[in-house]
Amino acid sequence: MPAPHTDQRHTMSITTFIVISIVKSLAVIAVLLTAVAYSVWLERKVSARIQNRWGPTRVGPFGLLQPLADGAKFILKEDLTQPHVYKPLYIAAPIIALVFAITSISVVPFGNTAYIPEINVGHWFSTPEISTPFQITDLNIGLLVVLGITSMGVYGVALAGWSSNNKYSLLGGLRASAQMISYEVSLGLSLIPVLIKSGSFSLRAIVESQRHLHWNIFYLPFGTLAFFIYLISAYAETNRTPFDLPEAESELVAGYHTEYSAMKFAMFFMAEYANMVTVACLATLLFFGGWLGPVFGPPVLQMILPIIWFCLKVFFFMFLYVWVRWTLPRFRYDQLMAFGWKVLLPVAIANLVVTALIVALRA
Amino acid sequence: MLHLTLFLFFAAIAVAGAVNLLVQRHPINSALSLVVVMASLAGEYLLLGAEFVAAVQVIVYAGAIMVLFVFVIMLLNAGEEARSKGSRVAILLGVPGVTIGAVLVAWVVLRYSNAEAVSMYALPGDPQAIARLLFHDFLLPFEVTSILILIAIMGAVVLASPPQAIVRRRRTEPAQHETRELAAAGKER
Repeated sequence: MPAPHTDQRHTMSITTFIVISIVKSLAVIAVLLTAVAYSVWLERKVSARIQNRWGPTRVGPFGLLQPLADGAKFILKEDLTQPHVYKPLYIAAPIIALVFAITSISVVPFGNTAYIPEINVGHWFSTPEISTPFQITDLNIGLLVVLGITSMGVYGVALAGWSSNNKYSLLGGLRASAQMISYEVSLGLSLIPVLIKSGSFSLRAIVESQRHLHWNIFYLPFGTLAFFIYLISAYAETNRTPFDLPEAESELVAGYHTEYSAMKFAMFFMAEYANMVTVACLATLLFFGGWLGPVFGPPVLQMILPIIWFCLKVFFFMFLYVWVRWTLPRFRYDQLMAFGWKVLLPVAIANLVVTALIVALRA
Repeated sequence: MLHLTLFLFFAAIAVAGAVNLLVQRHPINSALSLVVVMASLAGEYLLLGAEFVAAVQVIVYAGAIMVLFVFVIMLLNAGEEARSKGSRVAILLGVPGVTIGAVLVAWVVLRYSNAEAVSMYALPGDPQAIARLLFHDFLLPFEVTSILILIAIMGAVVLASPPQAIVRRRRTEPAQHETRELAAAGKER
């Protein structure tokens, strides 16, 4: 059953719908990949400033063209395939990782509705009036789709580690799958208070329920607690410091992608940053009111402002990722597991039970 | 028309994955085939309008349980299985037996159920309808099942944990034990 907001879709013809969907998908993928490239730049720049260095400065002003240079380098480098790898899965693993990382953005809403009036250029070209949400598709199980797709992403990492046929890679892959399975539980449980409060799985409806600054992060203390549980488990899910055990370079060389070079390595790299963008988008949508913010001015500005608010909030979370990475040291593996199961999970369950009780009593 | 095409597409993938699961000799390939089967079943659920069940199918089966399967295969580093020729009895009796069984089941289903195709949205599929079924209409069976699963989990924990004596010794003298071992290792060096 389609969500109530997408009813206008039925009024447009199937051709228009397909064209709009293709255009939206291409636009979102282009924006996502650009964001991925520039978060790498951001990471290098911010980490450099934290360590009192300059970071990339040579390619373009402020090193802004560095991502392009890196991309060219990855494409031109020799693509080594070790003789001892299990080839089908060795090739499939980076593809799996990247495909699932990019697909999960498909249900994320970036802003309100886009409205394009009827255009007539002479007799031979005209487009109908278009009103479509800033989102590839709005599903009434949107959040579950994101969770499902990201939970499939672990195969890329696990299979890369296994098919490389190398003990460091295997250990990295094992750590990654164990860690992602463990923290996925607390991640899921931390989202349920939000669902209880908004009463829908649709990301658009969840954002709409936070109007007038009723952001879930301000829903004291449960929303705030849920947010921090979400943030911690999401960092573990995306294998970022302080939970980057699967690629701990002091113990495992480079973990699951030790045997990968050139574009295959770049695909893992892109998948990691695309996952970070998804996590940042979800945090914004679920706890920080998505695209909601002050809106004023002429209609065009009113259409664009929500997107700007959304991008600023996502940028904040991307910055936070980098900030945390260059501030906190890495956990030990047993600490990671003990923290996940003995601290985070009970707190998440307690938070869920108390939130449910309070909502039920107030109803 | 599009609906039927997609249904057949996912059905073909599911059957191909299931056959591949049996044919493959390496456990990890079989496990991945099972993932494909699970995911294409989720596609079938989606086509029937059961989007919640489809999402849960992907999250729970393809995303969690099968990851654990793959994890265990990786952990044990299970190698390729040797292929046996199979027994003659299995071929002589098994193949006709399976054929007859499948035909019988198909005949019973077609004969005694009203043989209309299930149309989209004919079954309760959205989260609210599922919740009403689980937590209202079928509350007791649902809770009994959850207790059953809880007992199974506790049984697994009991079976997997070391005997009490060892646990007690570890609890009382962990430090001395480890210090002794470390000292021994130091002497050897």
